[in-house]
Amino acid sequence: MAVITAEDISKRYIIDHKKGKGKSSIKDALSEQLRKVFNGKKGSNPEHEHIEHEDFWALKDVNFSVEQGDRIGIVGHNGAGKSTLLKVLSKITEPTTGRIHIKGRIASLLEVGTGFHPELTGRENIYLNGAILGMTREEVRRQFDAIVDFGGIEKFLDTPVKRYSSGMYVRLGFAIAAHLDPEILIIDEVLAVGDAEFQKKSLGKMRDVSTSGRTILFVSHNMTAVQALCNRTLFFERGRLIEQGETNQVVASYLSKISKTKLLREWSTPEEAPGNDLVRVKKIEIIPEYVDNQIFIDVRTPFRIRFEYWNMMDRANLNLSLHLYSMTGECIFNVGTLSQPFAKGLISGECLIPGHFLNDGTYNVSMMIVKDTVTVLYNMEEGVIFDVADYRDGVAWYGKWPGFVRPQLTFHTEMMEENILND
Amino acid sequence: MKTHEVVIEPGRSEKNYWRDLWRNRELLYILSMRDISVRYKQTVLGTSWSLIRPLITMLIMFFVFSKVAKLKGDPGIPYPLMILAGLTIWTFFANAFTQISTSITANSNLVTKVYFPRLIMPLSSSIVSFIDFLVALGLFFVLTIWYQFWPDWHILFLPFFIILALLASFAFGLIFAVLNVRFRDIGQLIPFIVQIGFYACPIAYSSRLVEENAGEWWHPIYYINPMVGIIDGFKWSLLGENAFFNPKSVINSVVIIGLFLFISLAFFRKRENSFVDDI
Repeated sequence: MAVITAEDISKRYIIDHKKGKGKSSIKDALSEQLRKVFNGKKGSNPEHEHIEHEDFWALKDVNFSVEQGDRIGIVGHNGAGKSTLLKVLSKITEPTTGRIHIKGRIASLLEVGTGFHPELTGRENIYLNGAILGMTREEVRRQFDAIVDFGGIEKFLDTPVKRYSSGMYVRLGFAIAAHLDPEILIIDEVLAVGDAEFQKKSLGKMRDVSTSGRTILFVSHNMTAVQALCNRTLFFERGRLIEQGETNQVVASYLSKISKTKLLREWSTPEEAPGNDLVRVKKIEIIPEYVDNQIFIDVRTPFRIRFEYWNMMDRANLNLSLHLYSMTGECIFNVGTLSQPFAKGLISGECLIPGHFLNDGTYNVSMMIVKDTVTVLYNMEEGVIFDVADYRDGVAWYGKWPGFVRPQLTFHTEMMEENILND
Repeated sequence: MKTHEVVIEPGRSEKNYWRDLWRNRELLYILSMRDISVRYKQTVLGTSWSLIRPLITMLIMFFVFSKVAKLKGDPGIPYPLMILAGLTIWTFFANAFTQISTSITANSNLVTKVYFPRLIMPLSSSIVSFIDFLVALGLFFVLTIWYQFWPDWHILFLPFFIILALLASFAFGLIFAVLNVRFRDIGQLIPFIVQIGFYACPIAYSSRLVEENAGEWWHPIYYINPMVGIIDGFKWSLLGENAFFNPKSVINSVVIIGLFLFISLAFFRKRENSFVDDI
């Protein structure tokens, strides 16, 4: 049975382009009207004084349906229309065109702790937030102890929430939301909050909810969570629903599309290439050996980093030094080649990075050309940037895997002696 | 469990709107409680502020209008009591009107994140103002004991004028609430409207003085103001026959308020689904 049917949903916003002030005020609206009155003829007005209206379609011709008990993941770039869709579904804003049919009580959780008032105590805010999310006082009262317990805020129940730490605030907010009992639950990125331990707890709670046969719509940038929680996924791009179907497949095509990967940079002539009078870079490239016919790198994928440069010196002892950096700037490792004598010409180097080595994340490669093992001739910073996507098999936990590397080391456990604890 | 079906369509005026509103009465209650309990947090004098404010305003007005300007009051009615009566109903209207006008923008964190009939917000604002009004009315009765001035049967008409003042605050507040979402100029404008209203209405003076100038060009304009009838009527209910009251002015109030209430409710209902796009 379809619980949500969306037909041709579009949502248009009108963007005003004008010089100077950003926000519209009555003055602008009035002066625009007056101008229309006085310059009755079109085009009599100098162009630069016009306020230009541009249509922006946050959603365009979106069609989908959701079955009872479906857990739908919604993925896409920032600004792809995911949040707009959730707002339309939760009746916060109405669509410009189209029609949605919903069967069942819907609760949407677009933010943790919506409407919390800083001056009110934790206890008062539980009732306030519960009412805002659509619970009756009786429902809140019944769940009160469970909420307090889940949030872990017993001691601070009668403290105004403005004195809470941000972690406590978020825990309380999620705890209330987690005890909502609707037939359809809409969730926007609430997992991106709290410390690692609380994230684990909240993901666990969401999985409980999802196995109880309730319908869930879940927007997230955490692909691991989407893969673990959702059976179907919708992929939005620029307001359009460009793909929908089985989660693993849709997530894979999303990952290959969003990857910031710049796998190849190449310069055809030394004149335009980066470098100096001694050496110039010709090419830096990542060559992955994809597994499972994927078109993106994940933690299993081995790849080679290939580097080519022109040496303009007659004879020099040269070596390459490769630095791999995380997106936050830590150096993961540094490897160098042996120093070798080279004549003038094109030189290449290649480094093999094995699969099951880097953790998921975004990395960039710097390449240093070194003479006589001490003099840096040229350092190419951020030569290539690439993403390593997550992949897990046989693991029911889907928080962020910690660490820069995720090597598969020999690590095993065994039974040493059985039944020694029996009486 | 009863199946709950919803159809979302552009411009669809919800058939179940009023039922939805009724279902959300707990939210209305909790939002009002929030505003009331938050009001005097971290103040030393706490709720006594809602007594101190009208009392001091009354004393200032009494001094300026009666002592300095030597305006004539209604015969047999203590001037301070007349001021306090006018002040009580006017403050109720002005507070409710101001709070309703800013209710949507003040709750923008809710508007952008959850759905509920948006009329809840102005309604809860008016409840908060009404509680304040009850406190001020209590103060008035305490002062009648002080002045040994007892209300008579006219007081039976009091609820009528209170309801009329409440409706007036909705009639004008809802329009501004909607406009304020798009144009924040309204927020700047409201204090002036309230200030002008304070002098244009018979609060610190009696309409009797206006009546004495019946020939002046501004005399009919004075009676266009729908608040004149409400305030005079309110004073008349509390202070008796000696308080000046022209019943015709109430008919005028009812017509204007009814008309505006209809327009602003329609306007509010039409715009409320797109508040979030403009806020």
